[in-house]
Amino acid sequence: MSLDAMGAREISLTIPVAPDMEIVATAQAAAVGEFIEMSRDKIDEVKLALVEACINAFEHAHARDDRLHLIFRVGRENARDFLEVEVLDRGRGFDQASIEQPSPEKTFSGRQKRGWGLQIMRSLMDSVAITSGEGGTRIVMRKYK
Amino acid sequence: MAAERRGDVAILSTDGYINNQGGEEIARQAYAQLETGARALVLNLEKTRIVNSIGISILIEVLEKVMDRKGQLAFCGLTPTIDKTFRIMGLAQYAAIYPTEAEAVQGVASA
Repeated sequence: MSLDAMGAREISLTIPVAPDMEIVATAQAAAVGEFIEMSRDKIDEVKLALVEACINAFEHAHARDDRLHLIFRVGRENARDFLEVEVLDRGRGFDQASIEQPSPEKTFSGRQKRGWGLQIMRSLMDSVAITSGEGGTRIVMRKYK
Repeated sequence: MAAERRGDVAILSTDGYINNQGGEEIARQAYAQLETGARALVLNLEKTRIVNSIGISILIEVLEKVMDRKGQLAFCGLTPTIDKTFRIMGLAQYAAIYPTEAEAVQGVASA
């Protein structure tokens, strides 16, 4: 791990847009979570949020380099350790306001079974920040230990 | 993935990541059980730690098919993360969730 100016340590990983590559990413998330002695259940939450971020990008981003660029960062804020995962694609971006909110009612009426990725990420992580535009999409998700 | 039949209750035990392929395999096995007379399905996920949203959407299709047949579907052996995700997506409103396989089998058998 390298130590940056903010005292956070980080690992970079680039994965191809290909089936099951999200699992490669989750292995790295688990290793970094274990490094800060995060509980297994919290690591599972990070892993699933990361899976959802990856498969959203695989399906919708149309990344120009056919890659996803990931940074796994550990740090400390207000005396609490955290694991942060940044997911960057160089795709076409999306308008967050245009995303229809999923709900169990829509899902079980057959109108919208998919589209839960962002909701799952937000529910499982302590914070999720998304910036998206013509250059691509960056998702930064943080989970406190 | 393993399948076991106890009377009209079929128990499907998963192993590993449930994504689109894993979900489709569960659906294939579940539909085969329903076609051969199973009234209730128990999905034991104790060997699974990640179910992605695509896998869950396929599980919802299985649940809907069971509900159409007036049958029962129950889950057991969920990790806290899978349990939380199932509740977010609404599965817990339509399917029972039990801690253990024995409780799930008993629950669907008496329903």
